[in-house]
Amino acid sequence: MALLEIENLTKHFFRLSALSRVSLSVEPGELLGVIGPNGSGKTTLFNCVTGVLRPSDGHVRFRGEDITGLTADTVYRRGIARTFQLIQLFPEMTVLENMLVAAQEKRGTLLSRLLRREEAETTTRALELLEFLGIAGLKESLASNLSYGQQKLLDFGMALMSDPQLILLDEPMAGVNPTMIKNLVGHILELNARGYTFVVIEHNMEVVMSLCRRIVVLSQGERIAEGTPAEIADNPLVLDAYFGR
Amino acid sequence: MTRGRWGLMAALALSVVVPLGLDQYKLYVLSLTLVYVILAIGLNLTLGYAGQISLCHAAFMSFGSYAVAILGQHGVAFEIGLVVGVAVAFAWGLVLGFPALKVKHHYLAMVTLGFNIIVFLVLRNWESLTGGSFGISNVARPAWGPLSFKSDRAFYLYILAWAAVVVFSAYWILTSRWGRAFRAIRENEMRAEVVGVSLRNYKLMAFAIGAAYAGMGGALFAPLLGYIDPGAYTLDRSIQFLMMVVLGGLGRFEGPFIGALVVTVLPEVLRGSEGLYLIIYALAVILMMLFMPKGLVGLWDLAWRSSRSRTSPSISSASPR
Amino acid sequence: MADFVQLSVAGVSIGAIYAMAAIGFVLLWQTSNTINFAQGEFVVLPAFAMVLFFVIFRLPFAAAMLATVLVSTLLLGWGVKQLLVTRLLRMGVLPLVIATIGLSLLIRYSLQQFWTPLALPFPAIFSRDPIRLGTIVVSLEEIGNIVFAAVVIGALQLFITRTKLGWAMQAVAQNRTLASVLGINVSRLVTITFMLNAALTAVAAILIAPVYLVKYDIGIGLGLKAFYAAIIGGFNQIRGALLGGLLVGVVETLSAAYISSHFRDAFALVILIAVLLLKPEGIWGVKEEWAS
Repeated sequence: MALLEIENLTKHFFRLSALSRVSLSVEPGELLGVIGPNGSGKTTLFNCVTGVLRPSDGHVRFRGEDITGLTADTVYRRGIARTFQLIQLFPEMTVLENMLVAAQEKRGTLLSRLLRREEAETTTRALELLEFLGIAGLKESLASNLSYGQQKLLDFGMALMSDPQLILLDEPMAGVNPTMIKNLVGHILELNARGYTFVVIEHNMEVVMSLCRRIVVLSQGERIAEGTPAEIADNPLVLDAYFGR
Repeated sequence: MTRGRWGLMAALALSVVVPLGLDQYKLYVLSLTLVYVILAIGLNLTLGYAGQISLCHAAFMSFGSYAVAILGQHGVAFEIGLVVGVAVAFAWGLVLGFPALKVKHHYLAMVTLGFNIIVFLVLRNWESLTGGSFGISNVARPAWGPLSFKSDRAFYLYILAWAAVVVFSAYWILTSRWGRAFRAIRENEMRAEVVGVSLRNYKLMAFAIGAAYAGMGGALFAPLLGYIDPGAYTLDRSIQFLMMVVLGGLGRFEGPFIGALVVTVLPEVLRGSEGLYLIIYALAVILMMLFMPKGLVGLWDLAWRSSRSRTSPSISSASPR
Repeated sequence: MADFVQLSVAGVSIGAIYAMAAIGFVLLWQTSNTINFAQGEFVVLPAFAMVLFFVIFRLPFAAAMLATVLVSTLLLGWGVKQLLVTRLLRMGVLPLVIATIGLSLLIRYSLQQFWTPLALPFPAIFSRDPIRLGTIVVSLEEIGNIVFAAVVIGALQLFITRTKLGWAMQAVAQNRTLASVLGINVSRLVTITFMLNAALTAVAAILIAPVYLVKYDIGIGLGLKAFYAAIIGGFNQIRGALLGGLLVGVVETLSAAYISSHFRDAFALVILIAVLLLKPEGIWGVKEEWAS
C-alpha cells in the first residue's frame, strides 16, 4: 500500500487554479522528486497535503486514512513533517527551543508532566539531531542570529523532531552553498537509508537526479510527466514546460 | 533565567520587609501595584507571549471584583468568591478565545473591545445584581476566624501571598512547553501549526489563563478599595492595562512588574492632573513603539549588558564583529 | 410607519457619516494593514479645527472647510504616515495597533488639557427646518448630510476605479509584494491613502460637528462605530464599509427609539458579534487566506 496517495487534488485561488486534478502516490521508503517551473503549483501541493491550505477538491490519503482538510497540526501528528522554501522559524527563540516546539506532545500523567520528565527526553532527542546536523554548538543562539545555511539546517531538524514517516522538503538546496548542499544530500540519503520517506521539491537538477529514482513534473498546476530521471530528461513535454513557448 | 530567579527572590524579600514601615497611603499604593502586577502578568501572557490582542482585561477583572462583592454580601468567604470569580473569568476567556481561532488581529481586537463594552453596560444596568451605577460598597476583606486581614498592613501581605502564587505559577507555565507553544504562535503562527502546535488549544488557553489572572486581580482589587462600581471596568481601563504591559516590555517576564510600578507611581507624581498624566503616558507608549519596542525592560537589558562588558572588557574587545 | 421611515432617514443620515470614517478605515487596512485605533480622534481633531476656523476666526464656511480638510490631510495624513507608520509598518500589525491606541489617547487628552474639557457648540450647516413629504417629516440637515456624503463617497469610488492611482491602490490591496514588483511605489501609495483617509474623516467631522457637540471625547464612540461598520460590512471592501456604516446608523437610531436608549450602543454590538461568529469576513467581504 502506498504511504501517501493524492487523488485529483485541486486548489483554486479566487478564479485562478493553482492546482488542477493532480494525482500521485508515494511508496514507503521512497525518495520522490517533484519538479516544475516557477508557479507550477509545487508549493501549493505541499500546502494542501499538510493542511496549511484547504484543497478545493480531491483527496489526500496517508497510510490509508483520509486526511483531506485536516488542520496542519493534526496532519503533523499523523506523521507528516515538512520544511519551507522561504525559511519559517521562530526568530526570537533559541535553536533548541525551536526544536522543542516541534516535539510532539505525548500524553503523560499529570504527575509526569509536573515533574517534566518528558522534557528531558525530548531535549536529549533535540540535541542528538542538532549534533547529527552539525549545529549543536549553536543551541543557545537565537534562530534569527543563524546564517542562512544554518537556518535551513534548523528548519530541516525541526521536521525530524517528531520522527515522522513522511518528510516533505520544499527546495532544501535553494540559496545554499555547494559544500552545504553536499552535506544536506548526505543527510537526506542517510535518513532515507534508515527508512524515512521523502518528497523533495528542488530546482537544482543535479541534486534531484542524484537523490531521486522517480520524479513527478508539474506545470501550470497539472501533472505532466512522471518517470525515472533519465525518462524525464528525455521527455519532450518537460522540455517544453521549461523552455517552450 | 537565573538572573530572573535571583531578581524574584530579592523582590519577594524586599516586598515583605519594606512596607512594614510605610504609612497608610503608601501602603495602599503598593498594594494597588501588586494587584496591577497580577493583572498585567495575565495580559502579558495573552498578548506578550501568545500574541493575542485582548482589549477586555478590565471586563475579566470585573468578574473577580463582582464575584467577591456579591457573594460577600451573602456572607460567603472571600476565598470562595475569589475562586468563583477566577472560574467565571476563565470560562469567559475560553468563550472569547473562540473568535481568536477564526479571525485575525483586527477582528480579535474588535471582539474583545465589544465584549468590554457589553460587560460595562450589563454591570451598569443590571441593578438588582450589581447595584447599577452606584455599585457595591463595604466589600469585606478576608478573615480566617480570629485571624483577620482587615488592617491595611495585613491585607497587603495577603495580596502579596496571592501575587507570589501568580508569579510562580506564571513562571512555571511560561517555562513549560506551553510557554514555548505560546511564543511559537506569536512568532510564526503558521509554522507553529505545521509542527503540531494545536492553535485551538493553545490560543484558548492563552486567553483563558490571562483572563483567570485578571479575575484574581479583580477579586483582590474590590476589598482593597472597599467599594466597586462599573466605572472601574471600562474600555479605557483595559487600554490602560495594555499600555502598562507595553511600557514594561511585551513578552518579558519582568515587564509587568516594571509596567505596574510605573503606572501606579507616575500618577502619584503628577497628582491632580489626570489629563497631563495620560498625555505623557500616551507619548511614552508611542515613542516606545517607535524606538524601543522591547519596553522598559529593554533599557534594563542595555544597562546589564554594558555593565557586563565594562567588567570584562577583554572578552568584548576580543570577540569578532 | 411614518415614524419608522423618519427614524430610518435619520439613521441613514448619521450612518452616512459613520460610513465615511469606516471607508477611510478600510482603505488604511487594505493598503497598509494599519488598524487605526485613532480613527475616532481623526474625526475629532478636524472638528476642533473647524471650530477654530469657522467659529473663532470667522472665516467663510467654504474657506473654513477647505482649511480644515487641508490641515487634517497634512497633519493626520502625511504627518502620521511619515512619523509613525513608515517606521512601524515593517514590524507587523501589533506595534502599529498599540501606537495608534497611544495616538488616540494623545489627541484626545491633549484637546482636553490644552483646549477645553467642555463641549463646544457648532452652528448648523443645513437648516433644521422640517420638510414634509406627506405624513413623513425629515429635516434638510438629514438630507443634506446624506447628499453630501454620497457625493464624497461617489467621488472616491470614481477615483479608485477610474484613475491610475486608484488602480495602483487596488493592486497594493490585492498583493503588496506583487505590486512592488510591478513597479508601484507602495510607500507613496500608503502616504496617499493616509491623506485620503484624513480628508474623509475631515469631511465626516464637518458633517458631524453640528449633530453632536464638539467635545474631546466623542472620538471614542465615533471610532467604535467606524470599526463596527467596517467589520459588519466587510473589511476588504469599500461598499462593505458603506453598507456597514448605514446599517449601524439605522440600527442604533431605531433601537434607541423603540427599545431602550440605555443599550443604544449594544445593538450594533450584537450585530457585530453575530457577524463575527457567522461570517467573520463581513456581510460583503471576501475571505482572506494565507498566500502560498
